[in-house]
Amino acid sequence: METTNLTGNRIKQYLAEGKRFDGRGADEFRNIIIDAGIAKNADGSARVRIGKTEVLVGVKMDVGVPYPDSKDKGTMMVTTELLPLSSPRFESGPPKFPSIELARVIDRGIRESKFIEFDKLCIVEGEKVWTVFIDIYTINDDGNLMDAAGIGAIAALKNAKMPKYDEKEGKVLFGELTKNPLPLKKDITIPITIHKIGKNFLVDPTREEEDLSETRVTIGSNSKGIISSMQKAEIEPLTIKEFESVLELSEKVSKDIIKKVEGSFK
Amino acid sequence: MTAKTFKRKSGRKFNEMRKMSAEVGVIANADGSARFSWEGPDGKKTNAIAAVYGPKKMHPQHLQDPEKGTLRCTYNMMSFSVEDRIRPGPNRRSTEISKIIQWALEPVLMIDKYSNMVIDVHINILDANASTRCAAINAAAMALAHAGIPMRDIVSSVSIGKLDKELVVDVDKYEDSVFDEGEGASDIPMTFTSNGEMTHIQIDGNIDKKQLMEAVGLAREACKEIYEVQKKALKEVVK
Repeated sequence: METTNLTGNRIKQYLAEGKRFDGRGADEFRNIIIDAGIAKNADGSARVRIGKTEVLVGVKMDVGVPYPDSKDKGTMMVTTELLPLSSPRFESGPPKFPSIELARVIDRGIRESKFIEFDKLCIVEGEKVWTVFIDIYTINDDGNLMDAAGIGAIAALKNAKMPKYDEKEGKVLFGELTKNPLPLKKDITIPITIHKIGKNFLVDPTREEEDLSETRVTIGSNSKGIISSMQKAEIEPLTIKEFESVLELSEKVSKDIIKKVEGSFK
Repeated sequence: MTAKTFKRKSGRKFNEMRKMSAEVGVIANADGSARFSWEGPDGKKTNAIAAVYGPKKMHPQHLQDPEKGTLRCTYNMMSFSVEDRIRPGPNRRSTEISKIIQWALEPVLMIDKYSNMVIDVHINILDANASTRCAAINAAAMALAHAGIPMRDIVSSVSIGKLDKELVVDVDKYEDSVFDEGEGASDIPMTFTSNGEMTHIQIDGNIDKKQLMEAVGLAREACKEIYEVQKKALKEVVK
């Protein structure tokens, strides 16, 4: 169900006083729980819960043909399914815009930060390279699926082991994993989405808050403050000054979240 | 900024856009239409045509919004617009860019009173040489104005690149997908109203906050130039 005007107005009124329904500050995330390795048949997997929001991310690898402009590099593909089981708002059928956007924003965050070392995923130059499939499934939508999916993708990649490959036959031995982890860079890049409601900026909205969002900016950055991807969505414009404060808020929040995510790797 | 000494492959200055050309009223059937292109010194172009149909009744009916008019944008690349033929029809990339274009344009439209109506903006890319979404937005903004849709302002769009450590204005194909020195290439398309409000930004690449704010400043200046080109083209059609 959509958030009613009555609830919406109350949320705005609270925000103007610096308060939220669940007592959080505007720059505060809900509790994040990351469980890696939740799907045994996957090459890597993770479950991420942010409050009541939950997503599962699985990584599978296969051998494919490289792109003609990068013959010695592996490839990657991100897909998202907004499962009908996770919200009364999602229906089955071909992917609609929200799932396409989610997948593409996560894709760019990983690709542009060069987190996966694609040059180490080449088997035969120009012919055979590893393709990394990152599949995101929503289990419960209580807002902020974007950040949950982004964290999930990183955690699942970190959890992934290379499958065995029969070089003579040229076949992947599915179901048999080596002990070698997927080649990854040390630095992780995490997307943080800043929402604007009225004159207020906040992170990690609940479903009710997200409904009121007038504009959102997803910023993928690492612990050094390097921004690798960004997407502004929805139709409310931002002044240059507001944009700067969005960057400041994201910088402040992301450092903490990156630490939490890195803590889950141990 | 050291960017002033940086040599671009195209020979352009760091803040020099490719040669712009704009034309309004290019499709007779449409309620409003326009073409916008950037042409590099090598003759390669990024060329977008946009046509506006509407306001008209929204079909299918269940998509009608009784509270306000709907803006619907469709971005499409022609199969021959790139070096290797692309499969015709919508894909994930074009679906996303269509929505980005809608978000970039809608803040300046005053379509609250057009309940149950839709304004269709169809944009086709004839020639793609990077920055196609920016050319699409520039053409669409002119087409909407030409169609007489009530607007409080017009938007202009440009892509700022970061090549290794240097910022450049109006990214071309080489800078977008071939350049690979030092820190590599980043692409930051942005859209501004003539008043300087940002209605769209995306980043692909790696940049820190300080340099990003510099990029925003460069885009703002470039958009002022684009705005003049758009305005001139629109004035010519009412002569």
